[in-house]
Amino acid sequence: MSNPVETVEKIAPHATSAVYKTMAMNLGPQHPATHGTLRFKLEIAGEVVVKCDPEIGFLHTGFEKLGEYRNYNQFVVISDRANYLSPLNNNIGFAVACEELFDVKVPPRGQYVRVIMAELSRIADHIISVGLQGMDLGAFTTMLWSFIEREKLYDIFEAVTGARLTTSWTRIGGIFKDVPKDFPEIVRGFIEKFPDMLGEIEYMLSRNRIFMDRTIGVGKLTREQAIAYGVSGPVLRATGVAYDVRRARPYLCYNDFDFKIPVRFEGDVYARYLVRLAEMKESVKIIKQALDKLPGGPVSALDHKVTLPTKDMVYHDMESLIHHFKIMMPGHGVIPPKGEVYSCTETPNGELGFYLVSDGTGLPYRVRIRPPSFYQLQTFPIQSEGKMFSDAVAVLSSLNVIAGELDR
Amino acid sequence: MALDFKELEKKLRETFGASVLDWTEFRGQPCLHVKRESIVKVLTFLRDDAKFEMFTDLTCVDTLRLPDEMQPKYAERFTVVYHITSLEHGARLRIKTYVPEDPAEVDTVSSVYLGANWAEREAFDMFGVNFKGHRDLRRILMPENYEGHPLRKDYPLKGRGERDNFPKYTEIPEA
Repeated sequence: MSNPVETVEKIAPHATSAVYKTMAMNLGPQHPATHGTLRFKLEIAGEVVVKCDPEIGFLHTGFEKLGEYRNYNQFVVISDRANYLSPLNNNIGFAVACEELFDVKVPPRGQYVRVIMAELSRIADHIISVGLQGMDLGAFTTMLWSFIEREKLYDIFEAVTGARLTTSWTRIGGIFKDVPKDFPEIVRGFIEKFPDMLGEIEYMLSRNRIFMDRTIGVGKLTREQAIAYGVSGPVLRATGVAYDVRRARPYLCYNDFDFKIPVRFEGDVYARYLVRLAEMKESVKIIKQALDKLPGGPVSALDHKVTLPTKDMVYHDMESLIHHFKIMMPGHGVIPPKGEVYSCTETPNGELGFYLVSDGTGLPYRVRIRPPSFYQLQTFPIQSEGKMFSDAVAVLSSLNVIAGELDR
Repeated sequence: MALDFKELEKKLRETFGASVLDWTEFRGQPCLHVKRESIVKVLTFLRDDAKFEMFTDLTCVDTLRLPDEMQPKYAERFTVVYHITSLEHGARLRIKTYVPEDPAEVDTVSSVYLGANWAEREAFDMFGVNFKGHRDLRRILMPENYEGHPLRKDYPLKGRGERDNFPKYTEIPEA
């Protein structure tokens, strides 16, 4: 644990004298560097942060309470509002949790398509995170370049899901609609050019003197601290822990692919940046393999007690009409068994968990979202106390805090 | 290497005796039920001896409207649910402890797992469960002057604590 008083004495000896008082300062809630609505009550001495108290909840929307009044498929819509940088990962995370509760198996094509979209979404999140990290430290160009890349990804998302941001793409037991026919081509078109663009961003930042000076050794987190605080994702892997849910508790079809878990040992902001870069390259590898192996067949489970039958079947088949009616009518719905599951998936920020309690009705009894940002922001005080004020901004952008899932 | 949960259950029952209320499993996810008096001891044991060093999640469930057959006979109004992970074994364990409505109190585990700090603040904010010994038990998501605990089952979805109920400033108050 850091001891603020000791470090302040080292960095700014004048700040500890009796005549010199510390100053209270607000960072946020409407500050561009907070990337959302966060507020930090800082106590600064000169330019050194002596004490930091994060105040969150500005974007509290009551997702968990709302979840108790919506059925399982309706909650998919809420799940993508929780993370506005990678909504697809949240959709998939919730669908995987429900499938574990319902004990439904998604057909191979559905799993492969989900993996491809999850990895594309991971790239979209990481590239923005890296670009904004550059922007917070004064490198404006990388931010614009990364937004161009995300725009291309959003075009793919729009072609597949019909929406750019609020995708609401998954359903329990599959996907609401198969991907368009030219899906492999458009994804291939993107991932063929993407590594070049990534190389340019890397060229701009990785050996950039200013960027290195502002990130190396800043916001250090040790392995033990990260584990005790429940940190996950790139922030954890930058401290030397090779924990990735895709490998530790494989879901969907991640076992079929050959990919590495990038790990760095420094635990600082620069290491997190490098882990994110390496993860994007691994994502490209996964997408390539998934496109090569993409199987045919249905994308949703054929158990129509859970998934909707196609419109064609509903119009021409009595049984399908009844299934459709049972799923859509209030008071019927998709009924899970009584019980509870905790299911987690690896989102770009880390482990996203859903703890679902079902009382055997169409509505969940309790939906708990375990947001990765929540546990990462909790380490912000120990990373910033005793450091320069400008380092706090670098640390904050490296945590990639999403206020939507932080406050739920 | 995989963790032998049967072995762990036996060890826990030997060490803690009657404090371990039950051991259940659903969908392959093991769940340990313990008495609330010994939650800190059990979690410390699991962290140090069973190598569950990583904190995953802490949350609470209000069992007010949960059907009776889903609740064990020792159930109380609130269930505090802990999820912890063992990196070495790649295993995850759920621990449940039961907290009555009055006094809604349970010992804090923020000294065992540092990450429980904010999670306990959130459970306090949303359910009104008091974590004894917590150093900084304030509201975290709701405003400081907020009344009530929104995720309790007897708290309505609409009508309370909405924007209209907060004081409005039509003109700038004089300092």
